[in-house]
Amino acid sequence: MSEFLDMGGYAAFVWPAYAVTFAVIALNVWWARRRLAAEEQRARQRLAARSESP
Amino acid sequence: MSMPQPRVTLAAPPAVVAGSSLTVGALAAGGLALARDLKLAFRRPAQLLQPLGFFVLVTLIFPLTLTPELSQLRQVAPGAIWAAALLASLLALEFLFRDDAADGTLEQYVLSGQSLTTLLFAKTAAHWLLSGLPLALMAPVAALALGAPGSALPGIIAAVVLGSITLSLIGAIGAALTLNIKRSSVLLSILTLPLSLPVLIFGARTTQLAISGGPLLAPLELLGALAVLAVTLAPLAAAAAVRISLE
Amino acid sequence: MSFTWFHRLGSPPYVYALAARLTPWFAWPAGLLIAAALYGGLVLAPPDYQQGDGFRIIYVHAPSAWMSLMVYTTMALAAAVGLIWRIKVAHAVAASCAPIGASFTVAALVTGSLWGQPMWGTYWQWDPRLTSELVLLFLYLGYMGLRAGIEDLQRADRASAVLAVVGVVNVPIIHYSVTWWNSLHQAPSVMRLAKPTLATSMLVPLLLMLLGFTLFFAAVLLVRLRAEILARERASSWLREALPA
Repeated sequence: MSEFLDMGGYAAFVWPAYAVTFAVIALNVWWARRRLAAEEQRARQRLAARSESP
Repeated sequence: MSMPQPRVTLAAPPAVVAGSSLTVGALAAGGLALARDLKLAFRRPAQLLQPLGFFVLVTLIFPLTLTPELSQLRQVAPGAIWAAALLASLLALEFLFRDDAADGTLEQYVLSGQSLTTLLFAKTAAHWLLSGLPLALMAPVAALALGAPGSALPGIIAAVVLGSITLSLIGAIGAALTLNIKRSSVLLSILTLPLSLPVLIFGARTTQLAISGGPLLAPLELLGALAVLAVTLAPLAAAAAVRISLE
Repeated sequence: MSFTWFHRLGSPPYVYALAARLTPWFAWPAGLLIAAALYGGLVLAPPDYQQGDGFRIIYVHAPSAWMSLMVYTTMALAAAVGLIWRIKVAHAVAASCAPIGASFTVAALVTGSLWGQPMWGTYWQWDPRLTSELVLLFLYLGYMGLRAGIEDLQRADRASAVLAVVGVVNVPIIHYSVTWWNSLHQAPSVMRLAKPTLATSMLVPLLLMLLGFTLFFAAVLLVRLRAEILARERASSWLREALPA
């Protein structure tokens, strides 16, 4: 197991590389969902405003 | 120059007035636009000199920050000249559409029924004559100041002439896209710089070979090819961009 | 007839609903493929003859670089469609692509730099691929900057579409010129595994990862697309039924 983590001595490069890439993946998921939630909220507000106005 | 000069518009010549009974071909309209821009520019000579002054100043930075040794400056001369030329042309781009967008002439061009592509090509050509060409004539002077031999000068002029044509045309697209954006200089630079990199690369290479006395033909041809590509495609993109910005 | 299907793709409510339905069909396979590729690349594949275990960075670097280019091309295609046929949904697709592509370009640059240190002894090297990736990042940033600078969404769509099309034409030119310039100076060759002898056990995880990332892009795109469609609809009646309470 420690051999695996050591990555033949390249651990300091391999694991940060994987970490950054998966951080980007996670960021994309989080960011996209947040964006969708925000736009849904805004759309609901627009609908509410329209139904309120005569 | 303390009194503001009245602006000449093309309202009088019927060529670009929509619905006029006199029609003029696209080339003639382009010629008129070119002549107008040149005429107007010469009323403000200070504006013409600014990009040139900037070019010289940026070139000056290199000997002051690196070394006064001409033999060493010669190595960086290609990069220095092209970096300065690119920055100066970016600065000059501010003048391409600014006045015409402000007083509505650009809108007249769009509405005139004339080929907007031709009119914008004419404007860009005028702009190049006023900023790019002087730059191309100044570049050999800067090159000499940075240690280039006299034999390098024809090659350098040729390279900067071809390169500045492409830079003006690419810059026109960026300027058209950012027409309505306030304080857009930085954004304009970010848009234009990546697209200008090939010109920079081939231009610097040509300059390098000119200085070292090597065969210039290949990179010069590549510069020429880029210029041809730019001349054919850039005005189309710029016209589309102007229409979008003004709608 | 097949044309109805095509026309429906221009309809925001249809695409909105379709995107919601399709997302899990891309998201789950993406997750599985990436997991499988991770196992194959980190555990199953043998160490490289020259680079030892360091070569395993390829399993995150190459797919990131692939994403950066593929997403830009998709963005430019969608932008062109939106510009030529004036289809709002196409512009929405283009807008959705940009942040995804830009983030993976950053990933490609960082992983490329991390790969460079053990291999070349330096964290940055002006080799053609990394330099082109850096330029690509600025193409993305310029696109997003232009969008942000124009207030009217429709005008932002169309202006950035012109920029995307101009950019995509330039990408091969930029790549060619950078490669050409680089070859003149005989910089050290890029992280290149001996291609002909790339063992199957090394190649398969890479292909799985590439496919997984692509499906992941599709899934994220579909989520963003829904947001972008909503942003482009004023207060249309279809929203009432479509929005969850």
